[in-house]
Amino acid sequence: MDILVCVKQVPGSSNVKVDGKTGLLIRPKKGNKLNPYDLYALEAALEIRQKTGGKVAVLTMGPPQAKEALEECVWMGCDEGFLLTDRAFGGADVLATSYTISQGIRKAGPFDLIICGKQTTDGDTAQVGAETAEHLGIPHLSNVIRVRDIAEGHITVDANQENMIVTVRIALPCLICMESEVNTPRLPSYRRKKATDESVIKSFTLEDFEDRDPSHYGLKGSPTQVQKVYPPEKSSSRTMVEGTSSELSEKLYSLLSEKKFI
Amino acid sequence: MFSKFTDSDFNHYSSLFPGRVFRGSEINEDYCHDELGTAHGTPDVLVKVLSTDDVSKVMEYAYGRNLPVVVRGSGTGLVGGAVAIHGGVMLDTSLMKKVLELDENNLTVTVQSGILLMELAAYCDERGFQYCPDPGEKSATIGGNISTNAGGMRAMKYGVTRDSVRAITVVLPSGEVMRFGSKVVKNSSGYDLKDLIIGSEGTLGIVTEATLKIIPKPEHAISILVPFRSMREAISTVPKIIRAQVTPVATEYMSQDVILFAEEYLGKKFPTHDSDAYLLLTFDGNTREAVMHDMETIAELCLENDAIDVYMIDTEERSASVWSARSAFLEAIKGSTDQMDECDVVVPRSLVADFILYTHEVAKTVGLRIPSFGHAGDGNLHIYLCRDGLEERVWEERKDRAFAMMYSRAKEIGGLVSGEHGIGLDKKAYLLEALGERQLEIMRGIKKVFDPKGILNPGKVV
Repeated sequence: MDILVCVKQVPGSSNVKVDGKTGLLIRPKKGNKLNPYDLYALEAALEIRQKTGGKVAVLTMGPPQAKEALEECVWMGCDEGFLLTDRAFGGADVLATSYTISQGIRKAGPFDLIICGKQTTDGDTAQVGAETAEHLGIPHLSNVIRVRDIAEGHITVDANQENMIVTVRIALPCLICMESEVNTPRLPSYRRKKATDESVIKSFTLEDFEDRDPSHYGLKGSPTQVQKVYPPEKSSSRTMVEGTSSELSEKLYSLLSEKKFI
Repeated sequence: MFSKFTDSDFNHYSSLFPGRVFRGSEINEDYCHDELGTAHGTPDVLVKVLSTDDVSKVMEYAYGRNLPVVVRGSGTGLVGGAVAIHGGVMLDTSLMKKVLELDENNLTVTVQSGILLMELAAYCDERGFQYCPDPGEKSATIGGNISTNAGGMRAMKYGVTRDSVRAITVVLPSGEVMRFGSKVVKNSSGYDLKDLIIGSEGTLGIVTEATLKIIPKPEHAISILVPFRSMREAISTVPKIIRAQVTPVATEYMSQDVILFAEEYLGKKFPTHDSDAYLLLTFDGNTREAVMHDMETIAELCLENDAIDVYMIDTEERSASVWSARSAFLEAIKGSTDQMDECDVVVPRSLVADFILYTHEVAKTVGLRIPSFGHAGDGNLHIYLCRDGLEERVWEERKDRAFAMMYSRAKEIGGLVSGEHGIGLDKKAYLLEALGERQLEIMRGIKKVFDPKGILNPGKVV
């Protein structure tokens, strides 16, 4: 089975701050790292490969230095990487990002299974996976916690749908988004780092895609316009509620209703 | 002997510290033992102190009345050190948590002795500093760390607690308050009473405040987890690492069986199961390039010495997945058996492998399960004897035999009884065995100078 994992390079610290005046991200000194949520997707892919054979490829969209993220995936055990990099891809929203990734997958594929992480630590939308599948016209499922079975033509997985765990059989090719904390991602190997040949990472630009219309990519292809970025308001005010259990639940219910939380 | 604790003593303390004095059933059972729980003793009174002045008042009265006094921080000790075996007064310092001063120009932080190691670490971290000692038990108090001269996982590069203590405020048994040491970096001013108090396990004086050395927090850190085919291969690489022109912050040894206990205890898988024996090393520094250079130097050295691979731990998440297991080893082993006892022996670093192999031999000879892990970089091992359902008499017999064999071997190869947990009550016999009567006599003489009535933590260490 040939599997593709979509990954992203994100700021090195998960605790990214926003400058309240300028709205710009305050980049931490720690550089960049692989999106932690993607590590669970990678591990799931590598575990499937152990059972079924085949290859695991990784793909990312980003500036040239995003190649580092792909190399790290190779050090963890992936076979090859695809970097989608072009100035025309810059400033993309979810729609343009997922469209770009779908074009990259068409170029790099075919793949039997595409696995994404739950979300990224910087964008946080948790929508790119599903939208990529829509662009590719393949089935998809989010919040996957376990791969139960892989058979000819389909895969069976468990997904956490808030109030229930559903077991779903999905026809291949398909795209799944893995939940976090569902496995323990393996560590990058220094031996593999030493042995990694530059040629395992291939770069694609707009010119390599089927659809080369620049208006479908980057800022031009993004209907979302960001008006302002600002840090969320923080409040440490507390309300203490006292009483018996039933009084407390009543008071809590009316407080939350009043504030329109429920 | 000591005076019997009376209602009048209780009333005296109650009037001094209203609401903070307890006795009888008001004293939680936790105060009657430490973390390992081998020694038991119930204090007659428990006083929760808030300041040096409180401690001084407690001691002045106890001294006059000839009452025994035991100081207790978080109670995370492992050798019965903070157990009131003679009853009397127990001083609980856990409410003394204030940070009194951060001196950024002299790089010191002054704290009350009841602050927890994790609270101090967080305080420093938030301000861009690091308190270097990093003992595994993060909920221990700084006072407790000072009392045993705790070492921890950064000792290889940054030293042990003693190396980070610039000055201490100490209440003597008589209630007099002394300041030993100062913020100065060098000191050749007579006998170093500060260093004498550090590691004295509450037998000479009560540490109420400490001025600690801090450093600007290194900007970058990376760890590596190195699987080897055998424990001997893993540990025999350590002296070569020590000789390399790179000083890792930590060099820890861990074996697969202990990792499996940690997995079960934490309910989380370890990232690799390649091997039976691992070294875990950390490097830090202020530039990524320098840290990577150090890491690669040691990675190459490990590979030259037949390491199976070298795994890189370069993000917070990866670090948590490995170090959380390492930090849980003690609790995990504890959870794997009904009762355990420990040996915190320290041996020359070149002989760590021999000693661990010897513990395997001891395990077979006496018929006990003896898992271990430790600070391979500084020769300090944590070896655990597990009871595993044995009946009391058999357990005691086998345990005594195992301890006797291990401490005797440690002595033969130039090791010492305790690397960082102290002597307390449990290891007294082995200290005498290791150091001999004359050295113990000198120690008792020192104790007599500080505590002529012998009321402070009686029956411990010497």
